[in-house]
Amino acid sequence: MIRSILPVLTVVAAIMVLWYGAAVWMNSAWTVQQAARAGQTVTSMDILRDTLAQDRPKLPAPHQVAAEFWDTTVAKKITSKRSLVYHGWITLSATLLGFAMGATLGVLLAVGIVHNKAMDMSVMPWAIASQTIPILAIAPMIIVVLNSVGISGLLPKALISTYLSFFPVVVGMVKGLRSPEAIQLDLMRTYNASGSQTLWKLRWPAAAPYLFTSMKVAVATALVGAIVGELPTGAVAGLGARLLTGSYYGQTIQIWSALFMAAALAAVLVMLVGVGERLVMSRMGERP
Amino acid sequence: MIWTGAALGFWALAWWVNSRIANGPYAATRAARWAVPVIFGLTIFVVWEGLVRGLDVPGVILPPPSSIAARFATALPVLWADFRQTFVKGALSGYAIGVTAACVTAIAVDRYDFLRRGLLPVGSFIAALPVIGIAPILVMWFGFDWQSKAAVVVVMVFFPVLVNLVQGLASADRIHRDLMITYAASYWQTLWKLRLPAAAPFLFNGLKIATTLALIGAIVAEFFGSPIVGMGFRISTSVGQLALDMVWAEIVVAALAGSAFYGVVALAERAVTFWHPSQRRQR
Repeated sequence: MIRSILPVLTVVAAIMVLWYGAAVWMNSAWTVQQAARAGQTVTSMDILRDTLAQDRPKLPAPHQVAAEFWDTTVAKKITSKRSLVYHGWITLSATLLGFAMGATLGVLLAVGIVHNKAMDMSVMPWAIASQTIPILAIAPMIIVVLNSVGISGLLPKALISTYLSFFPVVVGMVKGLRSPEAIQLDLMRTYNASGSQTLWKLRWPAAAPYLFTSMKVAVATALVGAIVGELPTGAVAGLGARLLTGSYYGQTIQIWSALFMAAALAAVLVMLVGVGERLVMSRMGERP
Repeated sequence: MIWTGAALGFWALAWWVNSRIANGPYAATRAARWAVPVIFGLTIFVVWEGLVRGLDVPGVILPPPSSIAARFATALPVLWADFRQTFVKGALSGYAIGVTAACVTAIAVDRYDFLRRGLLPVGSFIAALPVIGIAPILVMWFGFDWQSKAAVVVVMVFFPVLVNLVQGLASADRIHRDLMITYAASYWQTLWKLRLPAAAPFLFNGLKIATTLALIGAIVAEFFGSPIVGMGFRISTSVGQLALDMVWAEIVVAALAGSAFYGVVALAERAVTFWHPSQRRQR
């Protein structure tokens, strides 16, 4: 752990240097053009100063993004329409609702698949094949259709998240519920254990590591689903809406700070699942 | 009413047939393993068609499969143009660039331990982020045409392939590496003859994940601006016109392209890693 801090910091520093360099390079055209229009000559010092402080740069410098991020998260009131916390919460609530529904449905279907052979043979190939399909493409349609039925707001976005987080959980849980070895299943049989007893006392605990691994994937895709779900209807709130309005009006700094908010949310969500995993696994007696 | 009844009846019949096959004596045969999911898929389509007709669901909410198929057949030239724009130009070129860049980076990361310890945590962190959010920025940089879509795809496929290949390059057994040392093999010989083949299963795992990501990236990037052709463009504008049969036809194209792309990579995997236990024919 300690050994990798220095290299990680080096890489992050290198990214920062590259970023500043790219910002100067990409924004300089605009500066030079403005100066030519005003009939001024610019020195390279001027270019450097101007490229790092433009209003709508092609690539905002890191400190601009950091300032905007600070301004819209901490300095603004949470209820403000310009607060990233507000937009982040809207996206996060759809993500969490969708993830909870998707994970629950996924676990239920996995239990059904493991216990019913007909279901296994019919559904499983489709569940696996569906992973190769760009499901996200149907997001706009779901939003619009549900809107026309009269359902709007949180639920349509959550449904997209549900759909996206559903399949990883099904595939992972089926694998997990099947992970007990034949010898252990045989032992349950010698105990004359019923199907539900085998499920609760053997299969379910054995599937826990698989559940958490697939939930990490699922929560990340659920967030992507919620963000993409905010794109098509011209939603006014949420991180996806921030991205879209930013791209309409050329507010690059706004896009980048929304992007960092999304990244922070994803990192926190995956980390929370990881913490849950560690707690559950240590309660179950796993020693690191 | 008749349609609804027929749909539900077909469902019950298919359920019964499937459970008979699955619990019968021929369940393990190859034919049964194909027949059961095919019957299941067919049932979904029949029930969909029957319920939409029976319950008079308006076409702007859910068109029946038959009208989607009809639209697919009549709009074939449009779909083909969209497919070329999004898949061939955007997704495929981005995929090729991204995978190549990831492979080169992975070999460099593997060569220098410092890079591995620095770049890998950052890489696996980025791989878990909603990378798709970078689409509006790249559309702004590279314009509305396919170049920006390819750029999004490059960014999306880069990290999964990188992380998997680095893991794979580290997977060659100690004893095999020692053998290469006793042969006085150079670094590049070891890499080419031992470690890249050993890494192939990991690499293909990353490549397969990347196929879906490439298509998703190319489609979603078009929601942020595109020329008047492309699958993402068609989906978002047809949704606006409530031409849902066109949207569904486009989704059919996306599904076909996605599974075909995945299938090609899976076939290549079988050809390259035929020696791996997971590829041996199951008995």
